[in-house]
Amino acid sequence: MSREKSWKEISPAGVCSKPSTAFLTGDWKTFTPVRDLEKCTTCLLCVIYCPDGAIRFRSEAGKIEFDYRFCKGCGICAKECPTKAITMKLEKGE
Amino acid sequence: MAGKIKQLRMGLNGDEAVAYAVKQSDVDVVAAYPITPQTIIVEKFSEYVADGEVNTEFVCTESEHSAITACIAASATGARTFTASASAGLALMHEMLFVASGCRVPIVMAIANRALSAPLNIHGDHSDSMAQRDSGWIQIFVENSQEAYDSVIQAFRIAENTNVLLPVIVGLDGFTLSHTLENVDTLPDESVKQFVGRRQFTTVTTHEGKTVPFKLDPANPMTIGPIALPNYYFEFKRQQEEAMKNALEVIQKVHDEYAKLSSRSYGNGLIEEYFLEDAEVAVVCLGSTAGTLKTVVDGLRQEGIKVGLLRLRVFRPFPAEAIRNALKNAKMVVVMDKCMSFGGNGGAVFHEVRSAMYDVNSRPLIVNYIYGLGGRDTPPKEFRKILEDMHRMLHAGRVDKLVHYIGLRE
Repeated sequence: MSREKSWKEISPAGVCSKPSTAFLTGDWKTFTPVRDLEKCTTCLLCVIYCPDGAIRFRSEAGKIEFDYRFCKGCGICAKECPTKAITMKLEKGE
Repeated sequence: MAGKIKQLRMGLNGDEAVAYAVKQSDVDVVAAYPITPQTIIVEKFSEYVADGEVNTEFVCTESEHSAITACIAASATGARTFTASASAGLALMHEMLFVASGCRVPIVMAIANRALSAPLNIHGDHSDSMAQRDSGWIQIFVENSQEAYDSVIQAFRIAENTNVLLPVIVGLDGFTLSHTLENVDTLPDESVKQFVGRRQFTTVTTHEGKTVPFKLDPANPMTIGPIALPNYYFEFKRQQEEAMKNALEVIQKVHDEYAKLSSRSYGNGLIEEYFLEDAEVAVVCLGSTAGTLKTVVDGLRQEGIKVGLLRLRVFRPFPAEAIRNALKNAKMVVVMDKCMSFGGNGGAVFHEVRSAMYDVNSRPLIVNYIYGLGGRDTPPKEFRKILEDMHRMLHAGRVDKLVHYIGLRE
C-alpha cells in the first residue's frame, strides 16, 4: 500500500501515475460471465463488444477466455452472444 | 510616445485588434464559432488563414461546445491555441471551461462581452464572463482596443507560464470596444514573435514511470484528466488554486516586460489607479467604463471633489491585496457592476471588493451601483448622480442603501 500523496507531490491535471492495468476493476462485479464451449462458435462478437477488453481469444488456445481481473460483470457479452453460450452467474469468478 | 521600437499605428476596432494580435502571436490552432459581437475576430482571422498570412490550423466547428473542445485537445498536444466567443456561445462552453482549466491547457480566448438571453439582447454587459467566474480561467477586462491588442499578446505568455498553466479570457466590451474604430499602435511581427516565444512545458511522470514534457505525444503516451476519485480530486483542485495565486505575480511580470517593449502600461498589470492617492471617494469598475469614469473624475476634481478611480484589469485571480492597498484611505467606495447576481444582494465585483475590504482597519463605506445592462448607454451625467447619494451617506456616516441602479426607469 502506497501512501496517498499531497497536492504538491502529484502531477498536474490528473495525469495518470499508473497504467489502467494497475486498477483491478474486476472486483466491482456482482454477476460473473460463464462460457459454454459446447455452444460457442468463436464468432468473437463478445470480444468486440466487451467495453473493458476483458475477453481474449488466442488462436493457439482456440477458445475465448475471460479476464476476471478486469471484467466488471456488465453482461453485454451474454446479451450479444448469438448462440447464448455466455450466462451470467451470481457468484464470483475465479 | 516613441518607444525603442518603431510601431505601426493602425485603425482597428477591438475585434480586429484581437485578430491582429493573434496573427502576430504564432498561434498553431484556432477553433471557433462566430457569434455577435465576437464575429469580426473569427472573420478577420479566417482571412489571414485564407490569404496564407499565418501558419495556423483553422477549425470551423458546429458549435461553441465543439470549438472549445477542439481547442482543449489541440492545446493538450502542445499547440498554441486560441478561440473567441461571447454571451450564449460562452454559456454553451460552460461545461468544457472547467475541463480546460482542470486539464491545465493554456488556451487564450477573447470574449466580446455581451448580455445573456432572455429577452434576447446582443449588446454589451458582463453577464457572460461573470457567469464563468469560478470556471478556473484567468479573466482580464480591457479598457480599449489598444489594451485588447496588448493583452492578447500578454495572455499567451501568462497562460503558458509553467507556474500557471491556466487558460485566459481577455474580455472586451461588446460593441463599445468590439465594433468601435480606434487608433491602435502595433508592434512589428518579429517583436511579438520574440516576446511570446515558443511554448514552454513543465514535466510530468507518466504511468510508464518516464519523466517527459507535459503534452500528448505518441512517443510518450500519457492520460490527462480521466478520473480522480474522492481520495485525489481535492488535491488537483488545490493545485489549480495555487496556479491562480502564482498568476498574480506572473501577470505583473509579463505586463512589466511588455511595457518595456511597447512603452505602454496599465497600472501594475492587475489594477489601475487614477487619482486615488488622496481620494475620499473611490469608484471601482471593469472594462471600458473606466474611460467614461476618468472623464467624470477629471470634471469632479476641477470642482475640488476628491474622487478617484480604481479599474480592476484582472478579475481572476482576484487581486485582493492590491485592492486593499489602493482603497485603504478612501472614506467611501462605489463599486460598479455591469451584471446582475440575481438575489445576491449586489453584483459580483461588489461582493468581492467588499469582502477584500473587510480586513482593512478603517473600513470605508461600500455601496454598489448596477448599470448598463443589455448595452444601455451610461453617459458621464448619469455617473454624476452618484454624488448625491455619496454626499448623503458620507454625511450620515453610514450606508442607507446598499444596491443602487443607474439609468433605470423606476
